[in-house]
Parts: sequence; structure tokens; C-alpha cells
Amino acid sequence: MLNKYPLWKTLMVVFIIAFGALYALPNLYGEDPAVQVSGKRGVEANAATLDMIKANLSENNIDFASVVLEKGQVLARFQNTEQQIKARDVLDDLLGKQYSVALNLTPATPDWLAGIGGTPMKLGLDLSGGVSFLMEVNMKEAINKAKIGMVSDFRGDLRNEKIRYRSVKESGNAILVKFRKVEDLVAGQSLLKKRYRDLLLTTDEGSLTLTATMTDLKLKEIREYALQQNITIIRNRVNELGVAEPLVQRQGKKHIVIELPGVQDTAKAKEILNATATIEFRLVDTEGDITSALNGRVPASSILLTDRDGKPSLLKKRIMLTGDHITDAKSGFDEYSRPQVNISLDSAGGSKMSNGTKNNIGKPMATVFIEYKATDKKDAEGNIIFEKVEEIISVATIQARLGKSFRITGAGSQSEAHNLALLLRAGALIAPITIVEERTVGPTLGAENVQLGFQAIMMGFGLVFIFMIIYYRAFGVVANLALGANLILIVGIMSMIPGATLTLPGMAGIVLTVGMAVDANVLIFERIREEIREGKSIQQAIHQGYDAAFSTIIDANITTLIAALILFAIGTGPVKGFAVTLSIGILTSMFTSVVGTRAVVNAIWGGKSLDKLPI
Amino acid sequence: MQILQLKETVAFMKYRKVALIFSALLMIISIVSLSTNKLNFGLDFTGGTLIEVGFEQPADLKLLRKVMDDNGFSDAKVQLYGSSRDVVIRLGQREDVKAEMLGNEVLAVLEKNTGQKVDMRRIEFVGASVGDELAEQGGLAMLTALICILVYVAFRFEWRFAVGSVVALFHDVLLTLGLFSILQLEFDLTVLAAILAVIGYSLNDTIVVSDRIRENFRKIRNKESEEVINISLTQTLSRTFITSITTLLVLAALFFQGGALIHGFATALLFGVFVGTYSSIYVASLVALALGISREDLIPEVIEKEGADQEQMVP
Repeated sequence: MLNKYPLWKTLMVVFIIAFGALYALPNLYGEDPAVQVSGKRGVEANAATLDMIKANLSENNIDFASVVLEKGQVLARFQNTEQQIKARDVLDDLLGKQYSVALNLTPATPDWLAGIGGTPMKLGLDLSGGVSFLMEVNMKEAINKAKIGMVSDFRGDLRNEKIRYRSVKESGNAILVKFRKVEDLVAGQSLLKKRYRDLLLTTDEGSLTLTATMTDLKLKEIREYALQQNITIIRNRVNELGVAEPLVQRQGKKHIVIELPGVQDTAKAKEILNATATIEFRLVDTEGDITSALNGRVPASSILLTDRDGKPSLLKKRIMLTGDHITDAKSGFDEYSRPQVNISLDSAGGSKMSNGTKNNIGKPMATVFIEYKATDKKDAEGNIIFEKVEEIISVATIQARLGKSFRITGAGSQSEAHNLALLLRAGALIAPITIVEERTVGPTLGAENVQLGFQAIMMGFGLVFIFMIIYYRAFGVVANLALGANLILIVGIMSMIPGATLTLPGMAGIVLTVGMAVDANVLIFERIREEIREGKSIQQAIHQGYDAAFSTIIDANITTLIAALILFAIGTGPVKGFAVTLSIGILTSMFTSVVGTRAVVNAIWGGKSLDKLPI
Repeated sequence: MQILQLKETVAFMKYRKVALIFSALLMIISIVSLSTNKLNFGLDFTGGTLIEVGFEQPADLKLLRKVMDDNGFSDAKVQLYGSSRDVVIRLGQREDVKAEMLGNEVLAVLEKNTGQKVDMRRIEFVGASVGDELAEQGGLAMLTALICILVYVAFRFEWRFAVGSVVALFHDVLLTLGLFSILQLEFDLTVLAAILAVIGYSLNDTIVVSDRIRENFRKIRNKESEEVINISLTQTLSRTFITSITTLLVLAALFFQGGALIHGFATALLFGVFVGTYSSIYVASLVALALGISREDLIPEVIEKEGADQEQMVP
């Protein structure tokens, strides 16, 4: 009997390892210093921006390696950091208002590799340096606000339908409405039932009370909405920070993870994350003279504001409605498939809007976005000074008397409508958030960690290499080949999976995998030795060795995989990184040490009859 | 090369009483230490603020403590971290609203009062609620892992093996926790990760042994259960040693090269692998034996597998 692999099996092994090596390759190329220009608040960089940047760089005699437009961002690469910093300053002056200009290190992956999706592994914050925040959304407050909103909605609805009630108040997770008469109770119930399908209504005719309880579904919806809204707002603000590759992600039911690689000034980051934004609706002052206003003669009842492109408008000082009345804003299409934004207000907002618009049909109304931005200046106590920035984001004509829900059309393209909706929602922050965890890693520690981790991997690898060769001779070399292939596959797969990040514990996971991966080979080789001792022929010993060890290897690895998966489920950040490398390592090691070594063993010793095996 | 050349079966189970007393003793010591000394929980679990700074010259801890004390951080714990230039400062929970700003404040204080350039290496702030949640989740994770493994092993082997391996895991985890408690080493999230990896490793070992016991029960007739277990342990002993050696080698690399941040991680694993090797020989098999594992328990599968075996024996 001979041990031979069919050609396709050998080819498959070679192909898989080559594939892994190909995707591991980008990690060998270094990184280029680069400047990344991305739009703030929905602005997208386009071909014009690209040309402007190119022209500006040449004008200032800054040599660049390349300037490209990618996914609405412009990325300029440079030969050295000196030019990179010069370029950042120049571009920030030029574009700083509408774009965020960030320093970045871009992988220097050659085009052909990048073309097939090759990217280097993403480094975790403990390796790259930077700051991460864990923010908690105050869900109690979110539900509270929803209840308060409902109380005022109920009052408004009942009043509008002329149903008399004694009181509306909240109690626990429910709203209690007390009536004076049974007829009112019945009428009230049928009205509220129609309007609020996600509430559970019960009545008690004895005490003339209607109880509206929020269903679990409704509560879940409120929580979900609060979380999503906060994420949207934080994304916007993070863009303001000008960080190259920020990450804003939900974690669990009420937490948001924010990772800002490369950021060291955590104070500023925190101030910006905690900054507030709001929306106001104002009538446009059509009588005032814009040119004289521009010259400093602004009418007493008006203010002068500009839009994003710097176009000025004269607005009435009186605020028609503030953004905290907005309960929802969605972008969509009208009946002529033009983009529009649908806005829903709470009932107090609805009546304010209705009063404000009833005599102003046909007149333009402006939506103003107000934000408090952190400046570089600090006051005497060291607190960062905030600058109030007001900006017109849309001007639309009032078509009819507006109520609780209305729409803004003429906001431009679909993506602009989408952005407007997003900004409108940002104006009404329903649940406050607090920082519950913060980790900052300095750049020196990050670089040191990379070096230490790399050294540990190399040293662990070297020790196992030497041991295996001494102990198993030629077969030890085969096991070492498998170990090398395993490392390549881990790196290749880590680079391929978009969400996988390499962390320091992750590197420890790779080290551990190296130690444990040889276990499969040890099992097989020991079994082969045993079979030879028992007097089996060489070929039979090889066959039996692999066969008998296989199920043991599977069982042993699956249980470790269970532990790794559980770790993945509960871990965050660095620990998750450990679980990822450990899981990947277990899977790849099973392949390389069972299928991979068998291919080599079969090719070298499997095809002939032997009396001795170098094991 | 071969480290162990065992011609004869080692009578492992003969020493089971010694092993039993030894394990019981260690477990009792661990439990006592865990209940009196408790674990020295790290920032991940307790909450608070940690600041790691690097100085250009070796740090004067006395001076630093005084500086911290003078500036209203009397609860600060100042320690060297990894080298004489690296210092870790720990601050407890504060009622202060601006708890998350502490790190920056401390940095400023240090820079002003030491006259040295202070390199911010790391600042960590963990809120109390997060720590509590984590401790809860961590315990839950460990429990889930044990249950999942119990179910898997019971499904693949036999309930006696499953109980044996879970008792062995419990033994390993308890002893590792005990070590951290006795030496008052910091127990943080990476150590928790290491302990879960210990679970994985120790189980790996146990399964290899159990697998062989099962196989031998089928192959070897007319021998006592104890003898079969002894034979199986002897057969797998050299594999057990070699895998432990390679794993300990890489862990040593991690321990000495990996830096201060994963020192606890490496310590837990080094110790865990050590106990894990011991427990897979003694604890797991011993429990299975004590529960009365015998040939009959594994018979249903025998018929089928033996047929397959026979065919291969005749070339």
C-alpha cells in the first residue's frame, strides 16, 4: 500500500496557501504619509475638489506622489512627512471650512494588489496609538422624554377632537388619562386607539381612567431610535475632528464605541463629542435689503446668516420653531419623484408651526443649523471655548399652513435630502450620552507594542522550529513548513476580513496558536512512531497515524474553538482581537497540520516502499 | 530523538490517592485565598483611572507620590511598570463629574512638578457600571464555556468523560485564580482571556487522553478499567509532554518578550498549561474512573468501529 494524494488535492493545498500568501503580501509594503480630505456634513469631494487640490499643491511647490478621488474623499500621498505636514496646512487653509483635512498613513500597497482587494491588516488602537471611547446612551431618559412627548400629544389630540378630560399624566411605563364622563372615555379610547397603534389601551369605567401602556415593542423601538440617533450625531461630529479612519459602532443594547486612531488630544475630542447641535426654523426677511445688510446695516428685527457656500440671507430674528420639537425626519420622494424630507413634530411643535405659518403662505422659510464647535482657545480655567456656528441648510417656500407633520421639497438631490434629514434629526437629541470608558494609547507605546509582539512571535516561532527539528528530524521540518504556512494563512485571512483587527493580545493569540498548532503534528507523528514500533509497515504506519489522530485533533480543536467563540462574543477591543486570531489560528492550523503536512509527507515518502522513516 | 521511551505501562492510577490529596489541598488553598485575599481586580473590573507615563530618566517614585499627594490625588497608587522609566498611576472612582478628564490633569501636574518631559503612554478610564457589567459578563462567559464544553464532550464521548473533563477544567481555572489571588497579581481582561484559553488548552489535553481511553477500551479486552486507563495514559504521555513543551516554549517567549502589558496574560497561561497537563493525566481520568467508567459504557459504537479496524489490519 502506498500513500498518494490525487493531483487535485495537492494542487488545492498549494493553491490555498498561495492564495493566503497573496493576501498576506500587502503587509510587507510599508505605509505612505498622506493627507485625507473628506467633506463635512454631507459634502462630498468631487472631481473639482480634486483639481483644486492638485493645483494648490503645485502652486505651493509641494511634490506629491499621487492625488486620487476615492469614495467621496481625496487622498494625497507624499514622499515624506515634511511635505505631508506642509500640504495639510496649505489644504486646511484652502478647504478647512467645508472639508476636514487629516493626516493619514496610507498603505503603500501596489495597484495590482489593491485591485484584487489586497489590504494590510488593520491595527488595533493598542498598536497604532489613539483613543477609544465607550459611550452609554441614557435609555431611562430616552423613555422619559418619549413619555413626556406622549403626554403633550395626548392633550393636543383630545383637545383638537373636543374630548374633555380631567388630567393626563405619566405613571411608570404608562400614561393615565382621567375623564369626567363615560362618553368621553369611550370617545377618547377610540381616538387614541386609531392614532397610537403601538400602545396598549385599557379602560376602567369605575374611575373613568384610560391607561396607555407602552408595549415592549414600542420600548424597544424608542431605545433603538435613541441609539441610532446618537450614532448618527457622533459620526457627524467625528468627521469634524478630521481623523483619518474613525470607527463609530454600536455595542450591545446601549453602548457606542468610538475609536479615533492617531488622536492624542483627548480633551478636544471629548469636547467635540459632547458638543450640542440644534435646528431652528426662521422666516426669511424678504423686505430687508440684503446689500445694505452686508454693509453692516442689518434691520433690528433681522439677522444675517450665510449658507454652506457662503451665500448670505436675511432672516427674521423671531424663531418660529426650535429643533427639540422634531421627533423624526426622513428623506423620501414626492409624487413627482422629487427628493423631499418628511418632518414630524410633537404636538406642541405642531401648533407652533401651524400658528407660525398660517399667515405666511407663499413666503420662504429657512432651516438653520446651529452648532457649538470647540476652538483652539481656552478660557482662564482651561476650559475650551466654544464658538457658536450658525448656518442655513435649506430655504423652502411655505406652500400651505403646516402642522404636526410637513415636508420640505426643493432640497436638491436625493443625497442632499438625505443629509438634511440627518441634520434635522441631529437637532433633536433625545437621549443624553456619557463617556463610561476611555482608553488612550500614546504613539510610543503603540510602536513599542508592535515591536514586542513581533519579537515574541518570532522568538516563539524560532524555539518551536528548533525543537521540532531536533525531535522529529525530517518530519520536524515538514511540521515547521506547516507552521510557516499557518502563519501566512492567519495573516492572509486577517487581512482579508474587513472587521478583523490585530491587537497586542491578538499577537499573543498568534504566538499561542504557534505553540498549539504543532500539537496536531505531534499527535500524528507520535502515532506513526507507535505504529512503527508495533511492527506495521512504513506506509501503513503513515496511513494509520494520520487516520487515528484525525478525530482526536478535530475534537480537541472544536472545544478550544468553543472557548474562543465565547470570548469573541463577550470581549471588546484587544480581547476580541485575541479571540479572532485564536479562532482563525485554530481553523488554519487544522488545515495546514493535517492536510498540508500529509501532502508533503505523501509526496516525499508516500510513493515508494521504505524500511525506515526519518521521524 | 525521544524524551520518553517507556517500555512498560506506568501505573498512574496507583498514585491516585496522592494525586487526590494533592489536588484537594491546592484547591482548598485557592478557595481560602480567594475568599480572604480576594482577587486583585484590575481597572477593567473596578473602574477608575490609570495613567501610564514614561520619563527620560529613571523615575523617583517617592517624589512622584509626593507630587500626587500635594495636588489632591491622595488616593493615587504610583508604581513602576516594566522598566525604571515607566510609571503607572492608578486613581480610584471619583464622584467628580469630570472623572474622564482626570488623565489629562494628572499629566499636566506631573509635567509641572517634575521638570521632566513626560511621555503619555496610556490613559485608561473605566466607569464603575462598565466594570460591574464586565465582571458579570466575564463570570457568565466562563460558565457558558464550561457548559458548552460539557455538552459537547458528553455528546461526543460519554457523560463520565464529560464530567471528568469539566471537573479538570474547574480544577485548572480554580488553581490559576488561586495563584493570582495568592500572589496578588493584577486580574484584568487579558487575564480572563488567558483563563479561557487555558480552558481550551486543558480540554485539548483531556480530550486526547479520553480519546485514547475510549479507543483502548474497544481494543483491549479482559483487562481492568484501571489498567486500560494506565495503558492509555502511558501511550499518550510522550505527546502530552511534547505539546506542553512547545506551548511552554512559546509562552516563555511571550512572558519574556511580550512586554509588561501582557505579562499577566502570559503568567496565567504558563501556569494554566502546567496545571492543565497535570489535570488531564490525573483529574479527568480519575474522575471518570471514580464514576465507574467501563468497557460496557462504550460498547454500542464498538461493533461498527471494530469492523472498520479489522479490514485495515489485513493489507
